[in-house]
Amino acid sequence: MIQLKVNGAGLSFDGDPEMPLLWYLRDVLGLTGSKFGCGIGLCGACTVHVNGQATRSCVTVMRDAADKEVITIEGLEKNGLHPVQKAWMQINVPQCGYCQVGQIMQAAALLNSKTRPTDDEIHEAMSGNICRCGTYQRIRAAIKAAAGEMA
Amino acid sequence: MSTIENVSRRRFLTGGIIAAGALVLGVHYYPKLSSGDKLPHDTNADRAKLHPSVYLGIEPDGTVWIVASRSEMGTTSRTTLPLVLADELDADWKRVKIEQAIGDKRYGDQNTDGSHSVRSYYDAMREAGATARFMLIQAAAKQWGVPATECETELHAVVHRSSNRRADYGELASAAAKLPIPKTEDLKFKPKSAWRYVGKGEVSYDLEALVTGKAVYGMDARVDGMVYASVERPPVLGGKVKSYDDKEALKVAGVRQTVPLDPFRPPPAFQPLGGVAVIADNTWAAFQGRKKLNISWDNGANEAYNSADYKKELQETTHKSCKVARSAGDVDAVFTKGGKTLEADYYVPLLAHAAMEPLVALAEFKDGKVTVWAPTQNPQAVQDIVSKELGISPNDVICHVTLLGGGFGRKSKPDYVAEAAVLSKKVGRPVKVVWTREDDIKFDYYNAVAAMYFKASVDAKGKPTAWLQRSVFPPITSTFDVNAVYGDPPHLQQGWTDLPYDLPNISIENGPAKAHVRIGWLRSVANIYHGFGIQCFTDELANRAHRDPLEYLLDLIGKPRTIDFNGVSYPNYGASLEAYPWETGRLRRVAEMVAEKSGWGKRKHSKGSGVGIAAHRSFLTYVATVVEVEVNDQGEVRIPRVDTVLDAGLVVNPEATRAQFEGAAVFGTSVARSGQITATKGAIDQSNFQDYTVARINEVPSQTNVYVVDSDAPPAGVGEPGVPPFIAAFCNAIYAATGKRVRDLPITNYGLS
Repeated sequence: MIQLKVNGAGLSFDGDPEMPLLWYLRDVLGLTGSKFGCGIGLCGACTVHVNGQATRSCVTVMRDAADKEVITIEGLEKNGLHPVQKAWMQINVPQCGYCQVGQIMQAAALLNSKTRPTDDEIHEAMSGNICRCGTYQRIRAAIKAAAGEMA
Repeated sequence: MSTIENVSRRRFLTGGIIAAGALVLGVHYYPKLSSGDKLPHDTNADRAKLHPSVYLGIEPDGTVWIVASRSEMGTTSRTTLPLVLADELDADWKRVKIEQAIGDKRYGDQNTDGSHSVRSYYDAMREAGATARFMLIQAAAKQWGVPATECETELHAVVHRSSNRRADYGELASAAAKLPIPKTEDLKFKPKSAWRYVGKGEVSYDLEALVTGKAVYGMDARVDGMVYASVERPPVLGGKVKSYDDKEALKVAGVRQTVPLDPFRPPPAFQPLGGVAVIADNTWAAFQGRKKLNISWDNGANEAYNSADYKKELQETTHKSCKVARSAGDVDAVFTKGGKTLEADYYVPLLAHAAMEPLVALAEFKDGKVTVWAPTQNPQAVQDIVSKELGISPNDVICHVTLLGGGFGRKSKPDYVAEAAVLSKKVGRPVKVVWTREDDIKFDYYNAVAAMYFKASVDAKGKPTAWLQRSVFPPITSTFDVNAVYGDPPHLQQGWTDLPYDLPNISIENGPAKAHVRIGWLRSVANIYHGFGIQCFTDELANRAHRDPLEYLLDLIGKPRTIDFNGVSYPNYGASLEAYPWETGRLRRVAEMVAEKSGWGKRKHSKGSGVGIAAHRSFLTYVATVVEVEVNDQGEVRIPRVDTVLDAGLVVNPEATRAQFEGAAVFGTSVARSGQITATKGAIDQSNFQDYTVARINEVPSQTNVYVVDSDAPPAGVGEPGVPPFIAAFCNAIYAATGKRVRDLPITNYGLS
C-alpha cells in the first residue's frame, strides 16, 4: 500500500507500483489537468510538483511517489489564480493550451527557486517543456511578468 | 432546412469587393429552422427564446448563446467567429456564452482546415447577428409605438433617443421571437466605424480554463463505464496480422481482453489501419498489455519502400521532362541558346504533425447509434467514416467536439475516431482509444516528401530570361485514390503554379510519385516545400548576380499587376479570383514593409551573422519575412530576430493573428532545424521527441515582430501562411551568415544544428 498526498489530501494506492503517477492522477483520481504528451519525460506536458520540485509525472512511478507531497495544477493555488497563471493570462500565452499546464507548473517551480531568472536561466528551466504551437516568446515574457509580481 | 445563398450578389464591407469565396467552396449555409425539423442534438441556442439562426439564441435574461461550429485547436477561431456575430448584434461580449457545435451539416462544412474559418464564415456570422438585431429593433419599435427607423442599438440594448427609452435585449427577446425572420436583403449591417470587436479582437474565450487545467481536451473526456484501448498497428502501411498470441498480455493486471481489428481496404482514406487492440481498465494497463502482445505480421508490398532510395527516385524524376502545369514563352528555346544558367536540386523530407495532444477518441456504441467525444478538426468526416465502418446512418453518429491539443491538419483525418467506434461496438462498452506518442509519429498522414529541380538562364544583370521549375511528390490524393501519382491543382497551386514572377519564359512542371505511406495536409502543406524551393533559389540567383536579395526579389515580382491564370488550373484556395485576385502589388508591399521594419540593408552584420528575406502568398494571404541568424564555429544556429509582415485583408482578431505568426516562426524553425521522417523496409524510423525533435524554447527566435497590414480587402487565412516564408528566409539568412546554401532540409544535413 502506497501512501501519498495529492493537493493536500492524504491518499493510499494499492495498484501496480510501477504505474506512472500521471496515470494515477488522470485515470484513477480524475485530475486531468496534467497532460500526457510523450510518456518518456521529453515534453513536460505532465509536469507536477513532487515535494516542491518540478517532476515529469509520466516517468515517476507510484513506488517513487510513496510518502511524497504531489501538487498538480488543480492544487497550485488554493484561492483564485497563482501569479504565474495570472501572468499567463495577462500576456495571453496559450494557443491550443495543451502544454500550458506543464509549462505553468515548471515556471512556478522555477520562480520558487529564482526570483529574477535571466533569459538563460529561463531557457535552462523551460527547455524540457515543448510547445508545438510556438508560444515560447510569450512564455518567456510571462515568466518575467510573474517574477515581477512575486518579488 | 439549409438554404444556400448566392453571396456573390452581396457586397463586402465598404462595397465594391465581392466575397464569393464561400460560394465556390459550397460551404455557405444560412439555415433556418422550421417547426418540423428534427434535430439530432439541440443546442442552448436552439432552445433559447429568440433563435433566428442556428448560430445564435437569446434568452430573456439577455444571455446570448453563440454556437462555435469550427474546431478550436489554438487558432482562436472558436472566439474570433463569435466575435463577428456579437459585433453585428451589438452584444456585450461579457454576456455571450459560446457553445461548441456537434458535427452537423446545418452549420455548413465544419472541417477546420485550410485557414478559411473566418473567410468562409464571416458573412454567416454577420448575417446571424444582423438578423437578431433587426428583430430586436422591430420588437422595441412595436412596443413603443415608434417607427423602427427611429430606433437604434447600443451595447446589448435597443434605444429610442428622442423619447429616451431603452430596452435590454433580454427584455425584447420574447417579443422579437414572435416576429418573422427578415430577408437577407432587408438587413442593415453596421458601418466599419461602429465595429466594437472586429479589428480589435479579444483573447480566447477559454483563456482561464486553459491556464487552470479545467479545459477539456479529447484526452480528458470521460464517461461512466468506459474502458481504455491501445492498438498495436501494422508497422508497414497495408500490412496485416498473420497471427497473434495474447496470453502474456492478458496476464497484465487491469487488461480485460484483446480485439483484432480488420485491415483497411485500399485506399486507406480515414479507415483504421488494423492490428490488435488491448482493452484495459486504465491507460497504463492497456499500454503494458500491448507490449506483451506477440504478433506475426504480413507486411505486404510497401516493405520494399526505403526513404533513402525513394529520394533518389524522386530526384531522377525531376531531371526529366514532366507534366507542364503552367507555362509562358519557350524555356527550351532559351536554354538551347546556351549562355549563363544556374541549376539546383531542392528537397524536403516527410514531416509529421506531432501535435502535443496525441490522437485520442472516446466512443460509445449503444442501440445502433454511436456517440463520440473527440478532438477532431472535422466532425462531419467522423460521422461519415464511423457510419461506414459500422454500417449505420451518419445521422446516428453524434460527434461532440472537444478542445484540440493542437491539430495542424492531422485531426482532420479521423482514423483514430473510427478505431474507438469499432472497438466500442465489439466490446459493448464506451471505449477510449489512446495513441502513444510513438503511434502518433509512426502512423501519421505525413506532409509529402518533395524533390524540386530549378533551372534559370540569366541575362547580364543576372535576371532570368527563362525559368524552369519541377516538383515531384507523392500527392495527398493518393490517400484516397490508389492510382494517384500527380499533384492535383489544389496542391500544385500552393506556391507552385502561382509563381508571381514577371518573366518572359516560364515552365512550371510536376512529375509522378507513388506513395508508400499515408500522405496528408500539414500546416501550410505544399507551400512548405514550394515556398522553400522558389524563395531560396531566388536568393541563389540574387547572390550569383551580386545583387541585394530584396531588390532582386522585387525585380522578379515586377510591377504591381494581377496574375492572369487563364489556361491554368488554379483553384485559388477555393475562393474566386474576382474576390481574391492574386495581386503582386500586395506581395511587393509586404516585402518592402518588412525590409523597412527589419532595417534591411541598414544593420551591420558581424562574421557568422546574416539576414535573409522571403515573400510568399498562401491561403490568400501575402507574407514577407526577414530572419536574422548567428552561426558559431560549431555550426550552432541562433535566431536573434524575426520580422514578418502580413496582408490578410480584414483581420478580425489582430492579437490572435500575431500569435499565429509568432507560432508559425517556431513551427518553421522545427521544420528547418530537424524536421525529418524516414522509413526503412516500409516502417517509419522515428518514434518520439528524441528522434523527431521539435523546437524548444532555447532554439527558437528570441524575438518575433509581427506587423499586420491594415486592409479593407476581404479576410484571408492566418493559421498557415506564416510558415513558408519563414523557412526560406531562415535558410537564406544561413547563406548570408555562412555561405552554406541549404537545399536539402533539414539543416543538419550541412553540419548545422
